Amino acid sequence: MTTVAKRLSRESRPDDVRDAGAEFDVQRVRRDFPILRQRVHGRKLVYLDNAATSQKPQVVIEAIRRYYERDNANIHRGVHFLSQHATQEYEGARRTVQSFLNAADASEIIFVRGATEAINLVAQTYGRTNVHAGDEVLITAMEHHSNIVPWQILCEEKGARLQVAPISDTGELLFEDFENLLGSRTKIVAVTHVSNALGTINPVRRVIEMAHLRNIPVLVDGAQAVPHLKVDVQALDCDFYVFSAHKVYGPTGIGVLYGKSVLLDAMPPYQGGGDMISSVTFEKTIYNKLPYKFEAGTPHVAGAIGLGAAMEYVNTLGMDIIAGHEHELLAYATEAVSAIPGIRLIGTAREKAGVLSFLLDSIHPHDIGTILDQEGIAIRTGHHCAQPVMQRFGIPATARASFALYNTREEVDALVEGIEKVREVFG
Amino acid sequence: MADLRELYQEVILEHSKTPRNYRELATANHRAEGYNPLCGDHFSVYLDLEGDSIRDISFQGWGCAISKASASMMTQSVKGKTRAEAEKLFGQFHKLVTGHSPANANQAELGKLAVFSGVSEFPVRVKCATLAWHTLHAALAGKEETVSTE
Repeated sequence: MTTVAKRLSRESRPDDVRDAGAEFDVQRVRRDFPILRQRVHGRKLVYLDNAATSQKPQVVIEAIRRYYERDNANIHRGVHFLSQHATQEYEGARRTVQSFLNAADASEIIFVRGATEAINLVAQTYGRTNVHAGDEVLITAMEHHSNIVPWQILCEEKGARLQVAPISDTGELLFEDFENLLGSRTKIVAVTHVSNALGTINPVRRVIEMAHLRNIPVLVDGAQAVPHLKVDVQALDCDFYVFSAHKVYGPTGIGVLYGKSVLLDAMPPYQGGGDMISSVTFEKTIYNKLPYKFEAGTPHVAGAIGLGAAMEYVNTLGMDIIAGHEHELLAYATEAVSAIPGIRLIGTAREKAGVLSFLLDSIHPHDIGTILDQEGIAIRTGHHCAQPVMQRFGIPATARASFALYNTREEVDALVEGIEKVREVFG
Repeated sequence: MADLRELYQEVILEHSKTPRNYRELATANHRAEGYNPLCGDHFSVYLDLEGDSIRDISFQGWGCAISKASASMMTQSVKGKTRAEAEKLFGQFHKLVTGHSPANANQAELGKLAVFSGVSEFPVRVKCATLAWHTLHAALAGKEETVSTE
C-alpha cells in the first residue's frame, strides 16, 4: 500500500475525527513541547518512552526559568519581598496539586523527591510505628521495585513478612487471592494503580474497600496513573497516594505524597532538620504542623513550581480528553503491533493505560531497541525495574512502547515500520 | 549515522542464531557466571584448563545477538590458547569495541573477532560485547562470584 493510500484509509476511520478535530488537536499540542522538534540519527524523533519520563511543555520550562530569574529566595522564613513571593508560589503549587488530586486539605500534600521517596517515607514512619514482628505487608506481583524494596527493608528490620498477591497470565490482579491474603496480621497494603511494565489498571477502589473492611490502610503507587487517569483521592478513599512529577510533564526531583491528615499527624517525622520544627532546644524539639513536619530542609522550590505548572497544563487540556486520546492511541497501537508476525504482547489486561510491552520472536529486546533507535524511535528495553514481573512471565526483558498526550498515530505507524525493519535485519 | 549493518554483521547474526560450543562442559574445572542486571543477559562460561592452557571451553545462557555472538566467537578464539594469550586477546578486543584500537595494527591477531568493530559506534552495546569476556576473565582467575558489567 502506498503512503497516500495508507493515510486515506486511516482518515476514513470515524474515530480519527478526534485527532484532527477541535476537541484535541494533537499537532497543536505537540508544538508546546520544544524537545519534540528535534531529529535523532537524521530521523524525526518518535518518543515512546513516556513511562520512564515524559517530555516537558514550554510552560513548565518557563515557570522554572521565571522562578530563578525573578523569584528565587528561601521560603517560609524571610521577611523580605522575594522570600514572601517564593513562598506564595511554592504554596500555590501545593494547592494546585491538592485540587488536582481532590485532596481534602492542602496540608495533606507533602512535597518529596518522587514516588520512590514517598513510599520510603511511609515505610519508615508509618511502617516502623505500626508493623511489628510476625505482621504482614501485602503488595502485588506487578509492583515496581520502588514499591517492593522499601517494604522488604521494613520487614527485614521488624521480622515481618512481605506477602505478594499473584497476577494472571494477562497481567491482572487475582482478586480472590488478594482477598485471601488480607488477614489479621496485615498492617498495610501497597498496590500500584497502573503497572509500569504491563500497563494494567488495577481495581484500586475495590482493593481499598476490601482492606478497609479489615481496617487496613492502603498506599497507592500512582506514578503511572497520574499522567493518564483522573485521580480523586477522596473518592478512592486511599490512605496514601504517591507520584512523581517528571512522569506527568513536570521536572525531575520532585514528587508528592498524599496522606490522610489523621494518619500523617500520628506519624513520626521522616527526616529531622530545618523547617520541620516549631521550636528546638537541646532538651526537646517540637515538630512543625503538617505538611512541614515532613519537609525538612530547603525543599525543591523550583521543582514544586514546575509541577504546579504541569498540573495546570494538564488541567487546561482536560484529563478526560487526554485519556480519550491515549486510549484510542493504545487501542490503535495494540491492533497494529499485534498484527506483526512473531509479536507476543506481555500484559493484555482488559483495563490498560499507556503501555505496550512486547517480544518479537526470539530477538532480544536490546537488539530491537538499538534498531528502533536508529530510526529515531525511543522505546525502553529491559526489565523496567520490575524483575518479579519478568519472572512471572518467564522472560528476562521486554521491549516497551509507552504513550503520552502528544503521541500520534503516525508515530505508531513509524513504530510498526521500525519493528518490520528489526525483522528484516534478523530475517 | 552509524550503520546498523556495521553492528549486525552477517557473521554476528549467524553466530547468535547458532552459537558454537553452546553446552555445559563435562570436563570443566573452572566456571564463572556473568550477569548484566540492566538487560538481564546471563551467561555461564565453562573452562577445561590443563596447566596454563585452555584445553576446552563452552558457554550457555541468554542474551542479545551481540552478547551471544561475542560469547560464541570468543570460545572459538581462545580454545587452545594460554591464559596470558587469552587475556591479551581480551585486551585487544576491548580496545576494538571501545574504539581505542590503534589503526589496523592488531586486527590480524583478532582474526574473525574484527567483525565486532561496529560496536564502537554504539557505546551502550559495549557491555553486551564484553560480557562473555569478563566472565572468561573471572573463570580464569577462579572467581566464584557472578561478574557484572554494570
